[in-house]
Amino acid sequence: MSEAPILSLQNVDARYGAAHVVQDVSFDVWADPVCVIGRNGMGKTSLCRAIMNLDPPAASGTILLDGVPISGLPPHAIARAGIGYVPQGRRLFPSLSVDEHLRMVKTARVGRWSPAAVYDLFPRLSERKKVSATQLSGGEQQMLAIGRALLLQPRLLLMDEPSEGLAPRIVEELIETLKGFVSEGVGVLLIEQNLGVATSVAERLVVMVAGTVFTETTASEVVNSPELQQRFLGVTPQESASEHA
Amino acid sequence: MASGVDSTVGGLNGVMARAPWRAGSIFLLAILGLSLLGIGIQAASDPTLFAQITLNGLTLAGLYFIVASGFTLIFGLMRVVNMAHGSFYMLGGIIAYLVQERMLNPDPTSFALPEATVTSFVVPLVVSMLSIALLGVVIQQVFLRWNQGQELRQALITIAISIIIADQAVAHFGGIAKEISVPVRKSIELPIVGMFGTMRLVMLLVAILVGVGLLLIISRTRFGMIVRAGVDDRHMVSALGVNIQRVFAAAFFLGALLAGLAGVLGGAVNSVNKSDDGKFLLISLVIVIVGGMGSLTGAAVGAVLLGLIDSYSDVYLPDAVTNYGVLLTFFLLVFVLAVRPYGLFGRAA
Repeated sequence: MSEAPILSLQNVDARYGAAHVVQDVSFDVWADPVCVIGRNGMGKTSLCRAIMNLDPPAASGTILLDGVPISGLPPHAIARAGIGYVPQGRRLFPSLSVDEHLRMVKTARVGRWSPAAVYDLFPRLSERKKVSATQLSGGEQQMLAIGRALLLQPRLLLMDEPSEGLAPRIVEELIETLKGFVSEGVGVLLIEQNLGVATSVAERLVVMVAGTVFTETTASEVVNSPELQQRFLGVTPQESASEHA
Repeated sequence: MASGVDSTVGGLNGVMARAPWRAGSIFLLAILGLSLLGIGIQAASDPTLFAQITLNGLTLAGLYFIVASGFTLIFGLMRVVNMAHGSFYMLGGIIAYLVQERMLNPDPTSFALPEATVTSFVVPLVVSMLSIALLGVVIQQVFLRWNQGQELRQALITIAISIIIADQAVAHFGGIAKEISVPVRKSIELPIVGMFGTMRLVMLLVAILVGVGLLLIISRTRFGMIVRAGVDDRHMVSALGVNIQRVFAAAFFLGALLAGLAGVLGGAVNSVNKSDDGKFLLISLVIVIVGGMGSLTGAAVGAVLLGLIDSYSDVYLPDAVTNYGVLLTFFLLVFVLAVRPYGLFGRAA
């Protein structure tokens, strides 16, 4: 039945001036979530921006969404094609209330997400509809960033470091939420440095080093191998443990 | 040890830097105090004159606000300092005058147009506003769209456009100030104030309507939400499926439309004048710097301050220095920037 992967990256390159930040990256995202891991400065966020064509490093290569090329389209067209982008740092709008964040997103795509459905998913947000986005806690901000991306009725959620700065309990809620999307058939491409989150959401891990796909591995392999953790993320097991403790 | 030395040096620098700063603020406060004192004394000695001048200042503020609100809208959303905004104002007046001249068939020996009917005022007004709005969109699409984020280039391009418009205006419209004819009586009797220009009151009313209208659009509509979000982070807005280019075009349309409206009103109350472009660009700049770039409330407050200062300094300054009244405007600017570097209602970009 399913012929094409949800997202397919083929030889994607991106540069900031002379800096070649993403080099010849190719991988596919099927129905199961994929997580890109790697240390700081390895080109993970640049890869996100290249996918969204957003404040872009000059990017080249082919990107297909459900088999349809989206590379080179302006960001709004990529979003409307069905990629819900949840950026690093959330990038909420300080001038907008919670409710306005959800009312400003409109798409021609049909799907089950409406502001009401988002409030059902995150009841804490519905208690704070009129509040400015800046007054939300870190966890609530992340809910809102995910909620507004869902209103695009996305085929794929592209999430850049969603667990950053969140309390461990909130991170666990987040993991549960993400697993829920998977069961609904929404693809998830996660960028993470927190190995705990990465391995609990995705089985397939893509390791980026210096802008290239260094290797692919699986969660089960990494979890049991302090040596791989050290190699891919530069964390010793103790550090990694304290990070998601 | 080294850090101890550094902090001493820093401390010395601090003291040396603070001394002129303090002298500056005392100087500014003294000017502010003296001005208020002077206005107070004058107001007590002739309340009718004072009321008249105040109302005059407020109506002037209305005109300033209409111009500056469009300017601040465009800047806030797109970070474009549109140096041709004053030209939009001037062209607004010129187009309305030319259209009205055709409609009224004036006596060729007379300098002034005959009295207009409602139609022969409204038609030129609408034609002029729409032409300026379209011109704004064309300039944005043709020249500015390809230079997004290049503030210097955009400033230089719009300066070039304003110079071309200014020369063409002199060539085709002439250097003599002309008045747009209005379908209302010149003045009406008001309580306390006495006789007062009708069109001035209309202008104030229009400014209030524009202010309320813009506020409603910005706070209540989806377009307004997108504009506010775009002021915060326009890249993220486009990543949420909004075609930000269309929003930019709409903002330019609206901003230029308002400049055109102000040009027609200004041409009806005062005159259509070839030097208005530079004057109103400067006024817009001062207002949005005082009020805070991109803030509508700031534009309103800045316009009122500027309008009142203009009006009071015209009448209350001693004859010998009346011509230097414009300096007070810049004292206001310096004072606000010293206290609030981003303007009264501004935020760091």
